[in-house]
Amino acid sequence: MEKTWNNKAWFMVLPVLVLVAFSAVIPLMTVVNYSVQDTFGNNEFFWAGTDWFTDVLESDRFWDALIRNLIFSGIILTIEIPLGILIALNMPKKGLGVPVCLVLMALPLLIPWNVVGTIWQVFGRVDIGLLGYALAALGINYNYVNNVFDAWVTLIVMDIWHWTSLVVLLCYAGLVSIPDAYYQAAKIDGASRWSVFRYIQLPKMKRVLLIAFLLRFMDSFMIYTEPFVVTGGGPGNATTFLSIDLVKMAVGQFDLGPAAALSIIYFLIILLLSWIFYTVMTTSDAQK
Amino acid sequence: MDFSWMAWTLPTALFFLTILALLVCMAVWEYVSPGGNPRIGILRFETTRGDRLFVSLLGAAFIHLAWLGLIGPNVWWALALSIVYAVGVFKLV
Repeated sequence: MEKTWNNKAWFMVLPVLVLVAFSAVIPLMTVVNYSVQDTFGNNEFFWAGTDWFTDVLESDRFWDALIRNLIFSGIILTIEIPLGILIALNMPKKGLGVPVCLVLMALPLLIPWNVVGTIWQVFGRVDIGLLGYALAALGINYNYVNNVFDAWVTLIVMDIWHWTSLVVLLCYAGLVSIPDAYYQAAKIDGASRWSVFRYIQLPKMKRVLLIAFLLRFMDSFMIYTEPFVVTGGGPGNATTFLSIDLVKMAVGQFDLGPAAALSIIYFLIILLLSWIFYTVMTTSDAQK
Repeated sequence: MDFSWMAWTLPTALFFLTILALLVCMAVWEYVSPGGNPRIGILRFETTRGDRLFVSLLGAAFIHLAWLGLIGPNVWWALALSIVYAVGVFKLV
């Protein structure tokens, strides 16, 4: 049977198009306009051409923050994705344990980002925080305010605590959608636990894992609120990620032109990396 | 309607009009020849003509950034290189 092509269906996406135009396209256009001009307020603009882009690309500040971002996202993905799969595999599939586990998993996701930051800021303090106090009592010299390593560990553990649940819930949704017949066939064949995971569960989770991977990459690459609340980008600039640097530039220094140029470069990097991840993961799937 | 808050300039307006014109051309192309012309090119994965436009635009953005960072502020050569790159993407990818 020949496929029917009805291009009138495109009108159905018109409302979404209008919504996206107002919430994303028009603000993005404004950012592009700002990136080629200088302003001192009062709606007065002076043409700057590509100067702000050159300034940003030649600054160590930008490259250092970008490297920090890439390292942070790399660590987050390396820990959260396997950990999320492991927890999802060990969650109960039936009985009272299911709703209990689901609610427990959903709890960190319900907490606003700035509250998560505040919780961990207090939690890690040596004088009043449970974690900081306990570590000090054990003789561990922990201080996320002064020590770069401690600041990074605190941010990473906080992000794992906050967001691994998302990976768990997505993986769990993938796992419960696998029909029992697959497991029965594996049992008849005498498949090991590893074989069941490798040849049944992992392929069936691939689509949700792709979503989890992309969401966690984009979110960790754009992280702002939690590190801002916990470390404020310090000690020094040790945890100043691109987003924190951007806000310092735009709101702190009111350098709107350079901040707009940095925003566009930041946006392009996220777009490129997300496209590469998406293409690699969907292409290998399609080839199989 | 006052759009001065968007800080428009002639070059940025021309830039966005070019993007809009490209999208309109792609829509007309899709209307004339529906299906997106999927094929497997040198990157060894399937792309439609919409994918090829996306790869061309994203690549053009990075060509311009690389030009600015490595060579200098005269981006006309970067634009020429981007057009050659886009033609290559539409022919080979």
